Amino acid sequence: MDEVIRGEVWVFGDDISTDLLSPGAYAVDPVEVRKLHVLEALDPNFASSVRPGDLLVVGSNFGCGSSRETAPENLAALGIACVVADSFARIFLRNAVAIGLPVLVCPGARDAIATGEVGEVDLAAGTFRNVDRDTVVVGEPLPDEMREILAAGGILATLRGGVEPGSGVESD
Amino acid sequence: MSMTVAEKILARASGRDAVRAGEFVVADIDLAMIHDIFAVRVFETLLELGIEKLFDPAKVVVVVDHFVPAPTAAIADLHHRIREYVERFGVGTFYDAGEGISHQLLPERGHIRPGMLVIGTDSHTTTYGALGAAAAGVGTSDMVFALATGRLWFRVPETIRYELVGELGPWVAWKDVILAIAGEIGTDGAQYRALEFGGPGAATAPVSGRLTLANMAVELGAKFGIFPADETTWAYLGAPPGEAPVPDADATYTAVHHLDLGTLGPQVALPHDVDRVVPAAGAGDLPIDQAFLGSCTNGRLDDLEAAAAVLRGRHVAPGVRFLVAPASRKVMEEALASGVLATLVEAGATVLPPGCGPCFGGHGGLLGPGERGISASNRNFPGRMGSTEAEIVLASPATVAASAVAGRVVDPREVVDG
Ligand code: SF4
Repeated sequence: MDEVIRGEVWVFGDDISTDLLSPGAYAVDPVEVRKLHVLEALDPNFASSVRPGDLLVVGSNFGCGSSRETAPENLAALGIACVVADSFARIFLRNAVAIGLPVLVCPGARDAIATGEVGEVDLAAGTFRNVDRDTVVVGEPLPDEMREILAAGGILATLRGGVEPGSGVESD
Repeated sequence: MSMTVAEKILARASGRDAVRAGEFVVADIDLAMIHDIFAVRVFETLLELGIEKLFDPAKVVVVVDHFVPAPTAAIADLHHRIREYVERFGVGTFYDAGEGISHQLLPERGHIRPGMLVIGTDSHTTTYGALGAAAAGVGTSDMVFALATGRLWFRVPETIRYELVGELGPWVAWKDVILAIAGEIGTDGAQYRALEFGGPGAATAPVSGRLTLANMAVELGAKFGIFPADETTWAYLGAPPGEAPVPDADATYTAVHHLDLGTLGPQVALPHDVDRVVPAAGAGDLPIDQAFLGSCTNGRLDDLEAAAAVLRGRHVAPGVRFLVAPASRKVMEEALASGVLATLVEAGATVLPPGCGPCFGGHGGLLGPGERGISASNRNFPGRMGSTEAEIVLASPATVAASAVAGRVVDPREVVDG
């Protein structure tokens, strides 16, 4: 995985719940169906307009609510390359890492960019740059343990590889 | 080294003498719960990875609770496949459709003990902290990893302590306590942290009330919501007091909050945030189309009793749909035997099967565009109970029942005293 990710930005606000990212009514539908309903309550055109490589830059408590891994999975299926947030809800953060969707905690990034501008995330440095305005917001790089899992492509990839995340030991 | 309950449990589960908030550990899982929305996905992923055996089938519980009874042919098929996988993997305990909600069943049927480390494919897995366990929701990939290896990584959380003093007044419920806490610290007030409840007020909480608080700990962002085990816990478990982690007197907390239960009145959370909390009496004129009593937050016997106490001799307002879903078959049987269910039905309730019902917007009595519902459940996000253009107000069972009678959001004291 590349630790520097550049893309066009979509900005959303605070408290975006998993019900908005993966509505309950489509909970057991295949991802091709689920992804069409991402954030439809906020922007009915989002799912059809977003392009692979785009970035989501959002407010606090992103992904609050259910444990559904379909929330980050739907974003990944739409091609979202990274989610940058003031803060994430705990299970969403865990799930994004588990499936290998890059995330960055970067308070203030959302206020430093607008939908349609180009942003650049540096996961190792923990920074977010507004490319159009050439301004930088300094966030918090993820802990090494979580970046290892992301770099492997998700927690199940670590299982395939026989390396247990966070421990550096062989799994049995 | 002095530790909080969360630290003690993660230290024990990772085979260490001590851990500190902020550390990463790989811990042994004592119990794993998977429900019907994710079970097939979890088992299929295991098979794709070539994993045919669970780390310890006795430590795995599968529950069919979200879509009960199956509302579509596709979900009936999903449930059918779950039964096949349960058989194939030799899952230790399986609760099929109609037994109840996972978060009610695991405590009720004796799966949870103080000090356990529990994971579940559901955010409200925090509920089990009511019995002194550290219990957290995870996604399906983490669950697959844990079922394959018996282990999972955790960041040891910082802990926020809530010291409760005083006693609840009449018509004030434990739900009002957690709503008041949500109003105080907000929906990310406990983000990545454990919430630990204690003090003489917490000691007065019955297990049902503790389940309500631990359940909604996740609405504040918490990883765990823990009531350290005490006499009430052991009495519920029907066991003599045993070994259980309690916090050290000099444990480190990121914050200690004090709350006097005696100062609280009935609360409501207004649309669309769990922390938009105001006194029920000050909610303004909010007519309702539907009232829901149920869920893993408030579908227990004493919740039904609290509603029945309001509804005895009264009837729900014309035009209001009043839905009741007991949290388990046992709750339903007890409510039948005690006459509570009859009181609810006579007052106009439509009784749904034990299960999640409309709580998550899947089926069984949803809200249409422009409608407003009051609900004893835990989330009022847009679209949570049906249309994204519907509004949800969260409240205690008594407030839900009183509002059903009044046809608008009210303080229950207005109905019972008025
Ligand atoms: S009752 Fe509601 S909150 Fe509880 S497990 Fe079911 S859907 Fe989730």
